[in-house]
Amino acid sequence: MTRQRIWQAIIRHLDLPLLAGMALLMVASLLTLYSASDHSFDRVLAQGANILVAFCCLWVVANLPLHYLMRTAVPIYVLGMLLLIGVALFGDISHGARRWLNIGVATIQPSELMKIGVPLMMAWYFEKYEAGLTLKNYIIASLLLLLPVALIARQPDLGTALLISASGFYVLFLAGLSWRVMGGLFVAGLASAPFLWSMLHDYQRHRIEMLFDPSQDALGKGYHTIQGMIAVGSGGILGKGYLNGTQTHLDFLPERTTDFIFAVYSEEFGLLGNLILLGMYCFVIARGFVITANASTYFTRLMAGSITLTFATYAFVNMGMVSGILPIVGVPLPLVSYGGTSMLTLLLGFGMLMSIQTHKKLVKS
Amino acid sequence: MSRQVELKNHQQEIFNFRLRLFIGIGFALLLLAILLARFVYLQAMRHDYYQTLAEKNRISVMPIVPNRGLIVDRNGVVLAHNFSGYTLEITPSRVKNLQATIDDLATLVDIQPRDRKRFKKLHAESHDFETLMIRSRLSDEEVARFAAQQYRFPGVEIKARLFREYPYSEKTAHLLGYIGRINQADEDRLEENETAANYRGTDYIGKTGLEQYYENELHGTTGIEQVEVDSAGRAVRILSRTPPVSGNTLILSIDAKLQDIAEQAFGDYRGALVAIDPANGEVLSFVSRPGYDPSLFVDGIDADSWKTLNESPDHPLNNRALRGQYPSGSTIKPFMALAGLFYNIRSPGQTIGDPGYYTLSGSSHQYRDWKKGGHGTVDLFKSIVISCDTYYYGLAVEMGIDNIFNFLSRFGFGKKTGIDLEGETSGLLPSQEWKMKRFKQKWFTGDTVSVGIGQGYSLVTPLQLAAATATLANDGIGYRPHLVREVKNSVSGEIRKLEDKPAFDIKLDAAHIDLVKRAMTAVTQPGGTAAQASAGASYTLAGKTGTAQVVGMKQGEKYDASKIDERHRDHAWFIAFAPVDKPKIAVVVLAENGGHGGGTAAPIARKVMDYYLLGKVPAPVVPVVKPVINANPAASGVPEVEAD
Repeated sequence: MTRQRIWQAIIRHLDLPLLAGMALLMVASLLTLYSASDHSFDRVLAQGANILVAFCCLWVVANLPLHYLMRTAVPIYVLGMLLLIGVALFGDISHGARRWLNIGVATIQPSELMKIGVPLMMAWYFEKYEAGLTLKNYIIASLLLLLPVALIARQPDLGTALLISASGFYVLFLAGLSWRVMGGLFVAGLASAPFLWSMLHDYQRHRIEMLFDPSQDALGKGYHTIQGMIAVGSGGILGKGYLNGTQTHLDFLPERTTDFIFAVYSEEFGLLGNLILLGMYCFVIARGFVITANASTYFTRLMAGSITLTFATYAFVNMGMVSGILPIVGVPLPLVSYGGTSMLTLLLGFGMLMSIQTHKKLVKS
Repeated sequence: MSRQVELKNHQQEIFNFRLRLFIGIGFALLLLAILLARFVYLQAMRHDYYQTLAEKNRISVMPIVPNRGLIVDRNGVVLAHNFSGYTLEITPSRVKNLQATIDDLATLVDIQPRDRKRFKKLHAESHDFETLMIRSRLSDEEVARFAAQQYRFPGVEIKARLFREYPYSEKTAHLLGYIGRINQADEDRLEENETAANYRGTDYIGKTGLEQYYENELHGTTGIEQVEVDSAGRAVRILSRTPPVSGNTLILSIDAKLQDIAEQAFGDYRGALVAIDPANGEVLSFVSRPGYDPSLFVDGIDADSWKTLNESPDHPLNNRALRGQYPSGSTIKPFMALAGLFYNIRSPGQTIGDPGYYTLSGSSHQYRDWKKGGHGTVDLFKSIVISCDTYYYGLAVEMGIDNIFNFLSRFGFGKKTGIDLEGETSGLLPSQEWKMKRFKQKWFTGDTVSVGIGQGYSLVTPLQLAAATATLANDGIGYRPHLVREVKNSVSGEIRKLEDKPAFDIKLDAAHIDLVKRAMTAVTQPGGTAAQASAGASYTLAGKTGTAQVVGMKQGEKYDASKIDERHRDHAWFIAFAPVDKPKIAVVVLAENGGHGGGTAAPIARKVMDYYLLGKVPAPVVPVVKPVINANPAASGVPEVEAD
């Protein structure tokens, strides 16, 4: 009886369908990691630890009532901005890029914090001025987005800057940014493309050029793209079988456990496996949309929508990059790639989704 | 009524949001559909094509490693080059029993225990499918013997590779450094630099010295060969080829012959020598003794050799010229004299009486002069010639540590010179701020006293002192010391000069610098502390001796070299430049445990200057036996004034 009650208390604020979808992806992650790291348990165990730590954080966030969540928006955003300014001024330069800030005990990468901080702040802002939104509000919200993005792009970390731009844009879009403005921005974007192109660093330009002609840099990043496509393509309909990927085990694939893990999966499980994987992502994304549709307040609707769409974008960008339709931008496959930071950021986002879903019922009752 | 409007608004808003959400869902579905289409295209429609690439006939992109650039001295003498040789290599994944195979191989080619150890280490660090070297530099006979038996050894092959060779070996080890196998840390750095692609196929990278600093110039650009390979990995035919571009040639300012003479002049002494052209900062000779054989490191050093080098009491791996920090001793006095003139604390004619010691007012502690009984009446000129300690104790205290710090740091003391080598140390020029930070203590006047004669907290590196001496010789106009003069493009043959602009100008009064230079000239003439240094020279030379204490003396105790363990004897310094009116070379010599600067260090500097200025090669070197340092100066042939 008591045991049952403790169990109830633990899962009370967890969204079980969402959790199930995530768990399936994580199982796929651990299985693929084992193969990608040449049958070594080291990475598998380390990833297990990453998941465990991130899950604890998810649980805490999921149990926070909504008004707490809203209250964290401004502090997180301000802290993130201060850290980003700190990075720009005093950051450790690591070969031409300032991304890390040494805070004495550890070095941190504030741009990771902003993946959550930016949409949170924008959603909070729209909620505050919900009553009568005018163009001015959209402009201010855009500034809230563009300031951190500009700082991150300057570091330079173009991949993260673009992804944060996407998550912020989703908030603007869901908050009802008028079609005419969006159309105008699109045209302006196209018009300023040549200017932006000249602003890019050489290596960034190189990566984009390479997308159109991977053989141009067949030993460098083009090599990654070519090898990724060979791995995916040679997998065929049914795949080469678990632990039997030749590209993986002959060491043709770069970054097999992190950014290119999808190539390993795809080679061994084939088109069928990819369908299953897409199905799992579809399920998680669909659940996210359900939570969004049922969300009770303006803030939670915007937040849930942005988290879900951003998750879908991450998955698309990674798989698109491995299969050669997007440039190599260093985005991990969400919930599957090896890595503690991205796991933590993702699970914090899912924690918010669960809080939005489970606290709504309490608000109603 | 208003409530109704609000409700209506709310509904409208919900409707708008739902509409947007549906568009969002549509967008997500579109993304997934694009991926799905791509997968179907790659895995169903183009599967055969990629299957072929992956399994049957793989297009393999083979890197072609460029030849590493040469390093030559200012006259074109080669200091580092490549030669081709044969290596015996094993691919562990294709060998059933590794140990038995190696034992078998040992019957055909000479495999030493250290080759086995090195292979074992290499094997532990790499993947099984990589080919790993077991023996390098096979003789023709060994190649022939193995070739006849090759069929017995699947997975073992002979490869032609380029080796790096340093003809001057130990003599240039601290200067050139060496290349070594790329390790995990190097790989990570290359990855971050976005240069990893250019290192595909490259096994070696510069680890220390110029090989490290100019890695980008030396490496070259990797070529690409696209080949069709069969399932066993053998190349079937070449599809396309982009040739590699060899690394550039480094042309040093070093004179190899001068380097050789300097090395030999040291005899058995440990120490360092740096010679700089004051007019442009070019380093002419850069010696740290003892050296080591850099070729030991190229293929990964074996544990025994490493232990020998690392645990030797002579510390051959320590680059003394670049990283050794020693008290400057009296070599700081010419700079202190300039400071005294600059701040108007001493005028040229002003004299002090030297009783043989200095005391601070209100204290009985005696700061002793090196000469018991003192030098009598001493002016600035004489203070340098006979190296009077008492003069500089007083000067330092009157000037104060802040002024000393400000003036000496202009000469580059306490700062890295910025030479083109990694790992330089900055010495130590103490200040009030430094002491507070380091010891949480305020600065005492007593601390200033010993700084005046280059003892106490202050430390310099031989390189730093050489750069400062060159700046002094050049009337206060300083250059960043550098070893590489020009880079020659391997393709166009075009020569790019690296730099020749002055780095800074300490605005010095011409009268002041002239006085100090004259005093330094007198140092090398009869009556000076290095009276023998200019004997028989057809050019004028200016210098200053110095002695760096290794162990402290108690109050009232007398230094007696014969009673002290050899490694606790004082270090000998000599700084010099010549010719005095238009200096072409500035030299700094440090002889560890060499005793008096004038006796041991000055002759070394003299040999270097004689060769550089006159082309005079020292008489055939009789192995130099370290002179027994005797308590009685006359008995060891050291002139009487030779002390400090």
